[in-house]
Amino acid sequence: MRVLPFGDAALLVEVDGLPEVLALTAAVRDAQPAGVVDVVPAAQTVLVVVEPGTSLAQLERSLAELSTTALSGSVAAPEGETVDIPVIYDGPDLAEVARLTGLGEDEVVAAHTGTPWRIAFGGFAPGFAYLTDGDTRLTVPRRDEPRTAVPTGSVGLAGEYSGVYPRSSPGGWQLIGRSDAVLWDAERDPPALLTPGGFVRFTVAS
Amino acid sequence: MTRELEVLAVGALALVEDLGRPGLGASGVGRSGAADRAALRLANRLVANPEGAAGIEVVFGGLAVRASAPVTVALAGAPAPADVDGAAVAHHSLVDLRGGQVLRLGGPGTGLRTYLAVRGGVDVAPVLGSRSTDTLSGLGPPRLEVGQVLPIGPEPNALPVVDVAPVPVPPGGTVTVHAVLGPRAEYVAEPEQLTAVEWTASSRSDRVGVRLEGGRLRRRDDATGELPSEGMVRGAVQVPPSGEPVVFLADHPVTGGYPVVATLCDADVDRLAQVRPGQGVRFVWITRSLP
Repeated sequence: MRVLPFGDAALLVEVDGLPEVLALTAAVRDAQPAGVVDVVPAAQTVLVVVEPGTSLAQLERSLAELSTTALSGSVAAPEGETVDIPVIYDGPDLAEVARLTGLGEDEVVAAHTGTPWRIAFGGFAPGFAYLTDGDTRLTVPRRDEPRTAVPTGSVGLAGEYSGVYPRSSPGGWQLIGRSDAVLWDAERDPPALLTPGGFVRFTVAS
Repeated sequence: MTRELEVLAVGALALVEDLGRPGLGASGVGRSGAADRAALRLANRLVANPEGAAGIEVVFGGLAVRASAPVTVALAGAPAPADVDGAAVAHHSLVDLRGGQVLRLGGPGTGLRTYLAVRGGVDVAPVLGSRSTDTLSGLGPPRLEVGQVLPIGPEPNALPVVDVAPVPVPPGGTVTVHAVLGPRAEYVAEPEQLTAVEWTASSRSDRVGVRLEGGRLRRRDDATGELPSEGMVRGAVQVPPSGEPVVFLADHPVTGGYPVVATLCDADVDRLAQVRPGQGVRFVWITRSLP
């Protein structure tokens, strides 16, 4: 674990990988060190934001203690619930993904639905979640030219990740399908359908 | 009589803002809120509101509102000349409007964002616990439009205790802000360039960030691989591929993948939010204190 300075009201904690990110995020949330206002997990880091005036030295000590417990031994990320997302696999980049991966289009669909994806972290837009730990054969680069408007519900691939666009936005992911799932509803509690630590199982919509 | 403000003119941009919706970063929701939090707090304190009550953030003046009933308001931030039915009223002071009276803001001589607090607060429907407009994610109320009627909340029990706050207004000229190195300075070839250059705020600056021109920060040639996306804070100085740094303000993205060479101390982000396009910005390092 490495603690990096991030101004006078935050610390950035760098850890080995996603299981450690999720374990440390859960530990900080549970312990609620004094002054903490937000905890933001990402691929290899946990950002801890505090009220201005909070002692960062004290926070750093708290984080060191929490990580000693949370990251000792082999870290199992906390288990969350599984969300089923039915997808119509007719995305504009399905053929390109098949070409890039050397799989047939049917095999791309089989790979995408074949294993559950872990909900890693959010950040791109309200309700968006980076999904990881899927079938490694589906690792593809982003599109050379991002689209100016990706429709709501589009299901995409980029790098090792998959994701569903919660609303129409610009985007560079390879789109393989679309879903009716409501990823974000500010009136719902919680508003985000997908919570880091849980899993998504994609299914072929009937 | 229902206490409301009718919007008669909006200028360049007028938004409802409070102190934002903290704690939702993991869902992809940024904090948002007033770009100059200190100014909103001051305006609210003058009218004896809770500091986090929703007010109106006005870019470059130009707002006009008509009170439906007697209301008490206060202005803070960029000192826009203001009048009530043509009679000048002071900045940083209590202003009483009678029903039917119109408060009108001109263009501020310095600074960028003026805050109008109204006793009782602007009472539009909150979204996730906040009335702030997040211009990046689209959460919160839409930007103000001419003809819109803003409800005002019930008056707080507390009564105003001062008529005028003798507080400095945002300055003209070059603004100096204080920064801490990191967290990703090692990705930048010469991070000290940040303090060596006198930067200029770009006209492409907005509530997401202040874009700076006048120099370039280079990525280190041996900085191998891309940085995985990581959480961002208000005040982060991000270095995109162009090399022209962006300092994040209230509506910054929750995560980002470009290296952050330095981070402003939190209080200085409010002062930076008052820098106008074309105005100079200079950075000074502060060492991190460990109390």
